[in-house]
Amino acid sequence: MRQRQLRARDVLRGDLEGEELERYVEEKVVMTNFEKMLGWARSNSIFPLTFGLACCAIEAPISLVTARYDLARFGAEALRASPRQADMIILSGRVSIKMAPVVRRLYDQMLEPKWAISMGACSSSGGMFSNYAVVQGADKFMPIDLHIPGCPPRPEAVLYGFTKLQRKIQGNPDQGWRTRYDAHGTEEWARGGPRSEPSRAASEAYEHARELIGA
Amino acid sequence: MPDAPGLELIRGQIEQDHPGAVLDSGFEHGRASLAIDPAHVLPVLSWLRDAPGQGYRFLSSLHAADYLPAEPRFAVHYELLNRDRVERLRVKALLADPGENELPEIDSCVSLFPTADFQEREAFDFFGIVFKGHPDLTRILLPEDYVGWPQRRDFPVGGEPVTFTYNERAYG
Repeated sequence: MRQRQLRARDVLRGDLEGEELERYVEEKVVMTNFEKMLGWARSNSIFPLTFGLACCAIEAPISLVTARYDLARFGAEALRASPRQADMIILSGRVSIKMAPVVRRLYDQMLEPKWAISMGACSSSGGMFSNYAVVQGADKFMPIDLHIPGCPPRPEAVLYGFTKLQRKIQGNPDQGWRTRYDAHGTEEWARGGPRSEPSRAASEAYEHARELIGA
Repeated sequence: MPDAPGLELIRGQIEQDHPGAVLDSGFEHGRASLAIDPAHVLPVLSWLRDAPGQGYRFLSSLHAADYLPAEPRFAVHYELLNRDRVERLRVKALLADPGENELPEIDSCVSLFPTADFQEREAFDFFGIVFKGHPDLTRILLPEDYVGWPQRRDFPVGGEPVTFTYNERAYG
């Protein structure tokens, strides 16, 4: 231990030279490219949205962040109370037809890149609620990156799903969800439709901005 | 809860003032119950509330039911409570199905029991029973633009087949 500390001090002072320096670099330095490092950082600093829909919310945002399962190990302990600060939304439970526009608005308010996990049978397929009130699968109204089966899923299953999402983020998919899921042209306008002038200008500005950053 | 003679006494007294109002009386699952003609719902309820010796001043629940194969098809249940004697009485207003595109109608009892406001809206929301004289009869739980009366028995269960293999076989 002491020896390693001394060696580190020598490197900082610039005293290490030749073969010794090369061995030190081989041991201590990892070579990578910027995208990989960015993906690694991104996947390990996800801010989930504090958001619960139904009984799965007991499993996901509540028990996962507590000490027993401890989402902080994966760098996602900072639950945000505002969608504008969040990177990830966990749909934890059934989405009723009255709640669906609200969920969609929350998702739309999040900033890119953003990720959505559909947790449990209800939000993935409607589950046991095959009736008039519940949307049969949340991917009917918003893009879902990951489905976790179970009713409810064990917290371990949610953690496993979360690590899968991290791998997906490290794979560096396109950061805008419309491009990621080939969903351009599905934009919705509050009034006026695509022909209304402000909306088209906004959409052109959006496309222009994407061209500028080379996306 | 009034015992059997007490229930018959109530029935007789109502019939004195409002002939034909009470259709049936009896005990359902140990609960005293009066089946009444919906045309007389307001006089009967106000009599039970205000007549001396009655005092069913608390409407603990108002809900609707659909007894589909039976006729009359719909019923509005008023669960009344006398809080002095802790006696409960159920009043059932039986409503016939008026036909394909018509809604069954009954008088609103908001003027007697203000608590009925939201509960009548809920019954309207799910069963399509119109409460005449209600101050604001709109949907309360479902979205405003919802079409249909989902708690009726002839309403399809809904949902969609999930693509399990046995569903693939059934739905192609």
